[in-house]
Amino acid sequence: MSAHADTHAHDDDHGHHHKETFVTKYIFSMDHKMIAKQYLVTGTIMGIIGILMSIMFRIQIAWPEEPNVLFEALLGKWAPDGVMDADIYLALVTIHGTIMVFFVLTAGLSGTFSNLLIPLQIGARDMASGFLNMVSYWLFFLSSIIMVISLFVEAGPAAAGWTIYPPLSALPMAQGGSGMGMTLWLVSMAIFIASSLLGSLNYVVTVLNLRTKGMSMTRLPLTIWAFFVTAIIGVVSFPVLLSAALLLIMDRSFGTSFFLSDIFIQGEVLHYQGGSPVLFEHLFWFLGHPEVYIVILPAMGLVSEIMASNSRKPIFGYRAMIVSILAIAFLSTIVWGHHMFISGMNPFLGSVFTFTTLLIAIPSAVKAFNWITTLWKGNLQMNPAMLFSIGFVSTFITGGLTGIILGDSALDINVHDTYFVVAHFHLVMGISALYGMFAGIYHWFPKMYGRMMNKNLGYIHFWLTAVCAYGVFFPMHFIGMAGLPRRYYTNSNFPLFDDLANVNVIITVFALIGGVVQIVYLYNFFMSIFFGKKSTQNPWKATTLEWTTPVEHIHGNWPGEIPHVYRWAYDYSKPGHDVDFVAQNVPFKEGEVELHH
Amino acid sequence: MTTLLTIIVLVFILIAIWQMVKIFDLAQAKTDNAQIATDKDNTLNGYLMMGFLAFIYIITIICVVKWGDLPLLSNAASEHGGTIDNLMIISLVLIFFVQTITQFLLHYFAFKYKGEKGKQAFFFADNNKLEMIWTIIPVIVLAGLIIYGLNTWINITSVDESEDPLIVELYAQQFNWKARYAGSDNTLGKANVRLIDIDRANILGLDEADPNAQDDIITTELHLPVGKPVLFKMRSQDVLHSAYMPHFRAQMNCVPGMITQFGFTPTVTTAEMRQTPEMQEKVANINEIRVENSKPLVAKGEEALERYEFDYLLICNKICGKSHYNMQMKIIVESQEEYDAWIAEQKEFKNSLIN
Repeated sequence: MSAHADTHAHDDDHGHHHKETFVTKYIFSMDHKMIAKQYLVTGTIMGIIGILMSIMFRIQIAWPEEPNVLFEALLGKWAPDGVMDADIYLALVTIHGTIMVFFVLTAGLSGTFSNLLIPLQIGARDMASGFLNMVSYWLFFLSSIIMVISLFVEAGPAAAGWTIYPPLSALPMAQGGSGMGMTLWLVSMAIFIASSLLGSLNYVVTVLNLRTKGMSMTRLPLTIWAFFVTAIIGVVSFPVLLSAALLLIMDRSFGTSFFLSDIFIQGEVLHYQGGSPVLFEHLFWFLGHPEVYIVILPAMGLVSEIMASNSRKPIFGYRAMIVSILAIAFLSTIVWGHHMFISGMNPFLGSVFTFTTLLIAIPSAVKAFNWITTLWKGNLQMNPAMLFSIGFVSTFITGGLTGIILGDSALDINVHDTYFVVAHFHLVMGISALYGMFAGIYHWFPKMYGRMMNKNLGYIHFWLTAVCAYGVFFPMHFIGMAGLPRRYYTNSNFPLFDDLANVNVIITVFALIGGVVQIVYLYNFFMSIFFGKKSTQNPWKATTLEWTTPVEHIHGNWPGEIPHVYRWAYDYSKPGHDVDFVAQNVPFKEGEVELHH
Repeated sequence: MTTLLTIIVLVFILIAIWQMVKIFDLAQAKTDNAQIATDKDNTLNGYLMMGFLAFIYIITIICVVKWGDLPLLSNAASEHGGTIDNLMIISLVLIFFVQTITQFLLHYFAFKYKGEKGKQAFFFADNNKLEMIWTIIPVIVLAGLIIYGLNTWINITSVDESEDPLIVELYAQQFNWKARYAGSDNTLGKANVRLIDIDRANILGLDEADPNAQDDIITTELHLPVGKPVLFKMRSQDVLHSAYMPHFRAQMNCVPGMITQFGFTPTVTTAEMRQTPEMQEKVANINEIRVENSKPLVAKGEEALERYEFDYLLICNKICGKSHYNMQMKIIVESQEEYDAWIAEQKEFKNSLIN
């Protein structure tokens, strides 16, 4: 993966150097930097699959039931004569959601950057447990493989939506995808959760115990705060999804009735009695909602860091940013019911969840205003990472604002499960988190691979992606407000929606361009690994500790002593200094004082 | 075929762009190859930020003008619908206001403060007054929205039994809807899917021994008398479904093993709704589209699409399997007399059984 195998660590005088074979260096590596790259490449491959799926179902929505060579080539028996089958449509929607939420934006984003940055930015030689870290990656890899295998089973992959509500997901006679495909989905997710828990525990322990001398919690870069809090949310909520998955497996395979009751399907009464699908919805969303913050918080951390360093200014309101992260984390665990206003849950609970949900807008607004103020009177360096960070704030605001409609139970009645919801969550957590991930990749690529990515390709990637993202998801709000339900294979049975058909064509054209543009990024990424311009030690002139390590990766990160930390991470353009950044490991000059609270 | 061509053209355009960038890079190879933004990049991208701000505004205006005349924001056909619409419009206005301002600040700052060599950024780390301002303003605005929203929600979900609502069961199964009227006693008979007996045409599993069930009426169309409160009891026999009646601003999931409910009062008959100018314009527009879409069908020797006439619909809005996309039932709102005449023609349960 790295192009510098030949110029291996030469200046390690701390006894961290071991004889390494190809296998221990590149495959079963316990080095956090290599594991980060493994996460990134696996996440990228899963991302390609996920995006390709979305392009296929977008084509079907725009030109329903028309034959297409792409379908014929990729879907095989699921596209007789090149016409997409209704079952596989639902499967594509389901697996697209699963892959993007969990495999790309949880493992690919948090897995990559938590692993890369936690030890480097807190001044640690590696994670608390390198072994658990390796196991975590390989469990993730295994779950990815199982998820991909599930695409090829006879009756089709899981197709009950990424939320896999029973009874649809529990009964193979309800749809083909609820047979072997769903079993593999559940197994894959159970392994994924194990991977995520091992990773999260490791991150929490590392941040708490391995900070270098002088690195107090209030000197941590916001990236680390975000990863740390994300890991805590993960540890609190992922086990609940695991329990839901296990109970669902019991219902499916061992005849229990946790989620099922009184079912008559295909001419026969099933034995299930006394369970409730609503229970599953509670368990699912107890993870499912925190999950969107597991996805977005790391992106917020990356963006905060990149914005400060490219604005050559401190992040505005460092402490307010920490408080808002903590507030979001706390609130995220008590809002899950806003996905269930019309599930048959007691309306009084709906009132409670409306209240807690709308409260989340407050810390979110604080964050957005702090980012905007960070730009104010800055000296903005428009690197691709900076563009994606600004794009992040833009889509986060656009997508976040419609949350006050969906979080309001009275309004949710009418837009629930329409395209309005699809537009909302794609902008606020899908596109935004993806922008955060791209920003992180462009910014820390030199740290990962010792080379620079091409900036002009980066600019093209950003601007075309930005236009397409709005082109796809902005009009979607309007077809949603016109009442168009999501997850419909075709709308042709509803003349009522005929006047929305052209909007769907426009959306799909933007989606196609947006999808193809990602090839520019992939080309840039993979070519730069091997042929990119060699990076200097601190190309962005940033203050954090990762830029004090040598360009070539070595075990233990620093050749000599671990640097001590004397200041916070945001001394950019501090008055009284000749340069516009002062690294965290630079001691205070005589008479220098802290200029922030 | 057009799709394929579009894709091919797009791919070629991208290859061309990419090649141009490579040429651009090679030409610059000696002078600037650090891959770090220069002043020129900062300026260019700063201007593009303003261009992008314009793009966001333009796409917003286009969407509002072209598709903003939303059937779901006006013309509610139920008593509570208007209150939801008001809340929706207030929320939307607020959203557009905040969106316009914050996007402007974000992109304008990105343009105004684009980097230049030798420029010094302003060290501005925190300011408690500002943080207080943008904590307290959202708190006040949200408090208003929460109070208004909860008030609306409670009014919608609380059922007033004293109004003597018409009781109707909505029964969902893969992939169709049935309605069950409670009959002259306005009390639904007991039912459970375990009692379904297809051979005897007891398709909803009614308890044949229950006296309340005898006069129940099962239909495949939903007729509602205008101005009369109706309380729906939802059931599902197999998987989750969601009974979505967008024109009435009504939706509730149908959950196997439990009965859910939602009540409203229809206020506009189907005939009246068809006569509203908004609806006539919408229907005329749709019919134009359908005529256009029929041309290729007719050319192929197939039948042209039927003319569309407006009807209220009950549609499934929770993923329920292969034919989820075609699970609908017509709703007809009519005068009490028309309703009475229609219901009198329907068969009561006790007479519909096959012995």
